[in-house]
Amino acid sequence: MIPFVPLDYETLRLIWWLLLGILLIGFAIMDGFDLGVAALLPFVARNDDERRIVINTIGPVWEGNQVWLILGGGAIFAAWPALYATSFSGFYLAMMVILIAIILRPVGFKYRSKLTEPRWRAFWDWGLFVGGFIPAVIFGVAVGNVLRGVPFRFDDAMRVVYEGNFFGLLMPFALLSGLVSLSMLVAHGASMIMLKTSGAIYERARVYGSYAALATIVLFALAGIWIALGFKGYVVTGIQDTAGPSNPLGKTAVAEAGAWLANYGRHPWMMIAPLAGFLGSALALFAYQRRLAGFAFVSTALAIFGIISTAGLSIFPFLLPSSLDPNASLTVWDASSSHLTLWIMLLATLVFLPIVLAYTAFVYRVMRGKVTSDELGKNPNAY
Amino acid sequence: MFDIDVVTLSRLQFAATAMYHFLFVPLTLGLSFLLAIMESVYVMTGREIWRRMTMFWGTLFGINFAMGVATGVVMEFQFGMNWSYYSHYVGDIFGAPLAIEGLMAFFLEATFIGMFFFGWDRLSKVGHLIVTWLVAFGANFSALWILIANGWMQNPVGAIFNPDTMRMEIADFAAVIFNPVAQAKFVHTVSAGYVTGAIFVMAVSAWYLLKGRHIEIAKRSMAVAASFGLAASLSVVVLGDESGYLATENQKMKVAAMEAMWHTEPAPAAINLIAFPDSAKQENSFAISIPYVLGIIGTRSLTQELPGIVNLVEDAKVKIRNGIAAYVALQKVRADKTDTEARATFDKSWRDLGYGLLVKLYRPDIENATEADIAKAAALTVPDVPLMFWAFRVMVGLGFYFIGFFAVAFWVASRHKLGEKRWMLWVAVFSIPLPWVAVEVGWLVAEAGRQPWSIEGVLPTFYAASGLTVADLVISLGIFLLVYSSLAVVEIYLMLHAIRKGPAGPERSEPQGAGIFPAAVAAEPQIK
Repeated sequence: MIPFVPLDYETLRLIWWLLLGILLIGFAIMDGFDLGVAALLPFVARNDDERRIVINTIGPVWEGNQVWLILGGGAIFAAWPALYATSFSGFYLAMMVILIAIILRPVGFKYRSKLTEPRWRAFWDWGLFVGGFIPAVIFGVAVGNVLRGVPFRFDDAMRVVYEGNFFGLLMPFALLSGLVSLSMLVAHGASMIMLKTSGAIYERARVYGSYAALATIVLFALAGIWIALGFKGYVVTGIQDTAGPSNPLGKTAVAEAGAWLANYGRHPWMMIAPLAGFLGSALALFAYQRRLAGFAFVSTALAIFGIISTAGLSIFPFLLPSSLDPNASLTVWDASSSHLTLWIMLLATLVFLPIVLAYTAFVYRVMRGKVTSDELGKNPNAY
Repeated sequence: MFDIDVVTLSRLQFAATAMYHFLFVPLTLGLSFLLAIMESVYVMTGREIWRRMTMFWGTLFGINFAMGVATGVVMEFQFGMNWSYYSHYVGDIFGAPLAIEGLMAFFLEATFIGMFFFGWDRLSKVGHLIVTWLVAFGANFSALWILIANGWMQNPVGAIFNPDTMRMEIADFAAVIFNPVAQAKFVHTVSAGYVTGAIFVMAVSAWYLLKGRHIEIAKRSMAVAASFGLAASLSVVVLGDESGYLATENQKMKVAAMEAMWHTEPAPAAINLIAFPDSAKQENSFAISIPYVLGIIGTRSLTQELPGIVNLVEDAKVKIRNGIAAYVALQKVRADKTDTEARATFDKSWRDLGYGLLVKLYRPDIENATEADIAKAAALTVPDVPLMFWAFRVMVGLGFYFIGFFAVAFWVASRHKLGEKRWMLWVAVFSIPLPWVAVEVGWLVAEAGRQPWSIEGVLPTFYAASGLTVADLVISLGIFLLVYSSLAVVEIYLMLHAIRKGPAGPERSEPQGAGIFPAAVAAEPQIK
């Protein structure tokens, strides 16, 4: 009845773990600069003209970028339904905060320019700022909570029971993660502003970008030290069937100090990830100094790639450890969709993602060049 | 066992956010094609007025689109937030169309919408036209995939239950994609969107004509919208009929409730034109019916019977008993994988497992269910009959109104009399809320009619919700209420502001009485 699938279940799970990483990194790089630019808006732009320039650096492309978030949600649903069901309901109120912040973005972009009253515009400027700043922090807070473990278990019908609350999410380590995320995305946003503007805005973005890149290095190092000094990670203790049915209760696991560093001992090549995080931020600092906007953008993207990969590799094979019942933790081997769904979704991704990347590249090519107030004056559709 | 308040509030929140989202979606679906048609005329004829039309309607499109995006993100995440057991139970099937929707449709639509607004001076004429068409196709592809997902909720084909993972898993993806219910729903829904776009353009243009403003743009817009709307309104009714016909196959209860048909009648059944259904007494306290009609449109035959609600409840009892047997066997299989006897029982009866779960609302140990429990669970399978009956009639009535409206408008427009028939213009202006009423009651019929199921026959709605608290739901509902109402005010204000401002360029300096159909326009001397 089930059609033949050319790749075995274990391989497909590994591929989908990689794709999950690619989608999250894709989101953080593509939509991340939108978040960063929005979070920088009140600081790099001092009057309406400047603010319009900054908003229009991302105006034509932010909608496409946001689809990385939607696709991330959809792909987690399709490939890791247990992760989707557990995390989104567990982080319920935090998700609400993100949703409201994200709702402010499309209307902020579109509605701000429709009227000229200064109070109207100032309101949407703050709306856009919140729409950038809040998600940038909360995504990091969420990752911090994943590293800590989340208080959930399953009942006998595999219904998830969550025993935490919203304020429980705001623990010190998670807040530190939130700051890492914020600084890395702000640096990335600063790179984007430099690419698309000139003059005073460019100079301010250069300064804020330098601070953000420096903060990224310090905060990322602090998080690493925290992990190294007795932070409890998780390990699978029993033998796990990597090609078995997706039932998280089929294994045993425990919390253990230093467990999140174990993978680096076993596979030293994984050190590339944290190194990329530091190197990218350091190169960005250099690029800001030398006024190399394009190089700065590539560097902050490299930092994002490194930092997110570090989180993913550190907890592998875990996706979402449970602090309440470590045996219920979701891992790559027991939280995926069925063999056939993973295969169908891989085919769909292999067909459509290259097409998406091709036309996205085309759009950026058409929209290349600096944003000037001259150009904004000519386009009645500009934001 | 189940916090029914949490379930009710979760349903309320999902219904409210989905219905709010669907205020913006149909206009996006319809206007995007109207924009593409207008711009095509511009590229083919080179007449500047068609470009101005495209830009003007594009401005309104953009205001609407922003809200569609903002409220759409919420929908993508709410399944996991509020319906986590649903997400676990059917994510293996349901997640795939959602992810493909992102890959295939949202990226296309969202990437090129920026080019639509920012690319006028950066692209060639044809290049920009292609961008506009891609936005329209992206919007419509997204409707395709979300309706494949929704169609599967109504008619869950191509999936089997896996006791190892305690969830439904995919067996035949092609069956999910080519689900006849999904295909009929797709065309029905996008056609409803086209009707909405067409009425919107008609109403705004009619208002300009009544005020004597932007006459040339308004006339041309009305002509395009009248032809587009006539085709779309015919399509929406025909495919709506197809959806209803398909529902008689797999959602008999929904059809019986829509028609307030309490008892099976000899074929072909009579249709209740008007009735006052009384759910407590299980009868209509008043009804005007026409013999034979329902049987013929419902089954497309003279001999096939349509089952009534009371009879379907009796059928449900059989399924519930069967489902309880499946549930008991499932527990045994999970405890002992080698229990082949239990496995055989499960394989025989698993399709009714969902019916067994209905009893969970009344007792956790459903294997000990009494006849009274089973009767209560069976009664649960009846949706809200008066709501279904009247919502369905409002939708169908509006569907026929749209056909009549567009037929008249098309006739008037093709005789170039739009400027003279002022009554026609007033009718157009006052028709503006009607397509929204129709689409919202249409969704009520589709989704309230699916109750008590989140997945028809597979997963009860109360069983699908997350383990949240009432406080969580009160907070989130309060936030949605506040933010969505404020945004509705802003949105309507900006729409009216943009409409009052009108298209850029001269208001009355265009030549009067020019042709309004593309062919007629093309035949005119080119004025550059």
